[in-house]
Amino acid sequence: MEEFSFMTILAVFEEMFGRWLFWTMVAVAVIITVAWLYVLIRDRSMSMRKFLLAQLSMPIGGIAAVWFVMVMTNSGFSDIGGPIDWLVLLGVFAAGAVGFAILVYVVQSLLRGKPSDA
Amino acid sequence: MTDFDRITASRRGFMGFAAAGGAALALGAGAPATAQRTNARIVILGAGAGGAAIANRLSERLDGAQITVIDGRAEHWYQPGFTLIASGLRNANYAVSSTEQWLPRGINFVNEYAAELDPEANRVTTTGGQRIEYDYLIVSTGLTLDWDAVEGFDLSMVGPENGISAHYASPELAETSWHALDKFTDEGGVGMFGRPATEMKCAGAPVKICFLGEDIATTKGNRGKCEFIYNAQAPNLFGVPVIHHRVRQIMDERDITYRYSHVLKGIDLGAKTATYTTPEGEVTDRWDFINIVPPQRAPQVIRDSGLAWADRWTDQGWIEVDMQTLRHARYPNVFGIGDINGVPKGKTAASVKFHIPVVEDHLVAEIAGREGTRMYDGYTSCPLITRVGRAMLVEFDYEDNLTPSFPGVIAPLEELWISWLMKEVALKATYNAMLRGRA
Repeated sequence: MEEFSFMTILAVFEEMFGRWLFWTMVAVAVIITVAWLYVLIRDRSMSMRKFLLAQLSMPIGGIAAVWFVMVMTNSGFSDIGGPIDWLVLLGVFAAGAVGFAILVYVVQSLLRGKPSDA
Repeated sequence: MTDFDRITASRRGFMGFAAAGGAALALGAGAPATAQRTNARIVILGAGAGGAAIANRLSERLDGAQITVIDGRAEHWYQPGFTLIASGLRNANYAVSSTEQWLPRGINFVNEYAAELDPEANRVTTTGGQRIEYDYLIVSTGLTLDWDAVEGFDLSMVGPENGISAHYASPELAETSWHALDKFTDEGGVGMFGRPATEMKCAGAPVKICFLGEDIATTKGNRGKCEFIYNAQAPNLFGVPVIHHRVRQIMDERDITYRYSHVLKGIDLGAKTATYTTPEGEVTDRWDFINIVPPQRAPQVIRDSGLAWADRWTDQGWIEVDMQTLRHARYPNVFGIGDINGVPKGKTAASVKFHIPVVEDHLVAEIAGREGTRMYDGYTSCPLITRVGRAMLVEFDYEDNLTPSFPGVIAPLEELWISWLMKEVALKATYNAMLRGRA
C-alpha cells in the first residue's frame, strides 16, 4: 500500500512512539481539549483575563516544543536548509504554543472554579 | 503510477497528517477488503523486509491459504539504520529485532535456510531436510555480501586498530566501523570510500558515509588533517545523472576528492594499501581509513535454482522477473520482492515498499481468477544524508526521472532539515509499519 491513508499515518505514529505512549498522548490531548470545551460551556464565556495569561504563556509552549524536537534529534538550528524547514520549525512552535495556551486556560479555569459573576 | 495518482496520494497524505494532528477519530476510516477464500500453498522465501511484509498482507487478503515463511535467520536487521550506527548516532541494537515478531499469526515459520529450490517441481528443500511444496513462491531472500571477493580482507579486520570500516556487514560491525571512523576523524590521514561494480543495495549509502565522515571531521575541528577520497565504480558518482551532478557539486564544495571507474580489488593490511582496478590498469594507494563495500550477489541457492537471468547479471544471479509485474518470466507462479529482483533499479527498503502491493495484487487476482493490474515503475528513494542534520530526499524511477512525493514542498536536490528528520525519526516507524503490512 504505497498510498498514504489515515490508517497508515496512525500505524506510523504507533510505531514511532510505541502503541501505548502514542494513544496515551492522544488521550491526554483529547482530555485537555474536552476540558477546554467543558469550561467554555460551563462558564458560558471566554474569560479575557485567563485568555491573556494563556496568550502570554504561548512562547513558553512554543519554545519548549522546538527545544524538544532539537533535543530528541541529532540536529539543530544550523541545519535549517530551505523554506520548508522554516515552515516545519514554525509549525512545531505554533503547535506547542497553541497546545500550551489551551492547557494554561483550562488549568486556570479548573483551579479557580466557576466565576460567580458569570 | 501516473502523475495524477502521485499528486492525489500526496494530497491525501497531507490530509491524513492534518487529520492525525487534529484528533483521534480513528474509527470508521477505511474498511478492509473482504478476504479471498483459497487453499493455495504459498511459500515465502526470506523473512526480511519484503518477506515479513508480504506475509502480513497475504494473511489479511487471503482466507485459508497455507502460508509458509522460510528463513534461517532469527534476527531481523533494520538495514536503513546501519548508516546512523556507523556514524555514531545510534548503537547496534537500534537495528536489531527478532524475525518472528514481525510475522503474522496463523502462518508456518520454518527457521531454516533453503538448501535447494526446484521451480520445475514447485518445491523448496531446507537445510534441515524439510521438503516444502508450493503452488506459489515469493522470492524475498535479499542478497549476499561477497566479502571474499575483496582480496586480502576478512571481517575480523574491521575496527579502529586497523582503520577498517565495513558498515554493510551487520549492526555489530556497523558499530565497530563507527569506532574506526571516530578514530580516523580524530587523528586524520587518508580516508578511502567507494562502492562495488555489481548491483548493490542502497547505492547512496557509500556516499552518505563519506559525507558523514567529512562532516564529523569538520565538527571536531580536524577537517584540515583528513583527506577524503570517494572511488566510484563507474564514470559517475550516482546512476541517475541529475543526482550524480548534485553529489559531484557537493563533493566539490566540501573538497572531497572523487575518482571515476575505480573498483576496489583488494587491500594489503600490513602496507595499509588498497588496489583498484581502473580502465588504465591497477592503481595502489595508501590509506589510514577505508570503508569497504563488497560485491553483492544473489544467494547461492537462488543462483543454482534456474530462476536467475541467463544473459544478464550472469556473475550476480538476480532472478528474471518482469520489471513491471515482478512476476517471473519463465515460472508464472513465482514472484520476486526486494533486492533479489533482476530489475534495473532500486535495491532499497523503499523499493520493497512499492514491490509489495504489486505482487500482492497479481497474486491475489490470480487466485481469484482475475488479472492483476498494478505495475511497478521502478520507484525507489533514498534520504541521501549530506551531513548530520541534513539530507536530500531523492526519489526516482526506471527512467531516471525524479519522482518527488511532495512536489513543490520538499525539493529533491536541496539539503534539508526536514529530509533528515524523515530519516532519523519517521523512516524506521514507516518501515516497521510496512513490516506489519500497515504501510
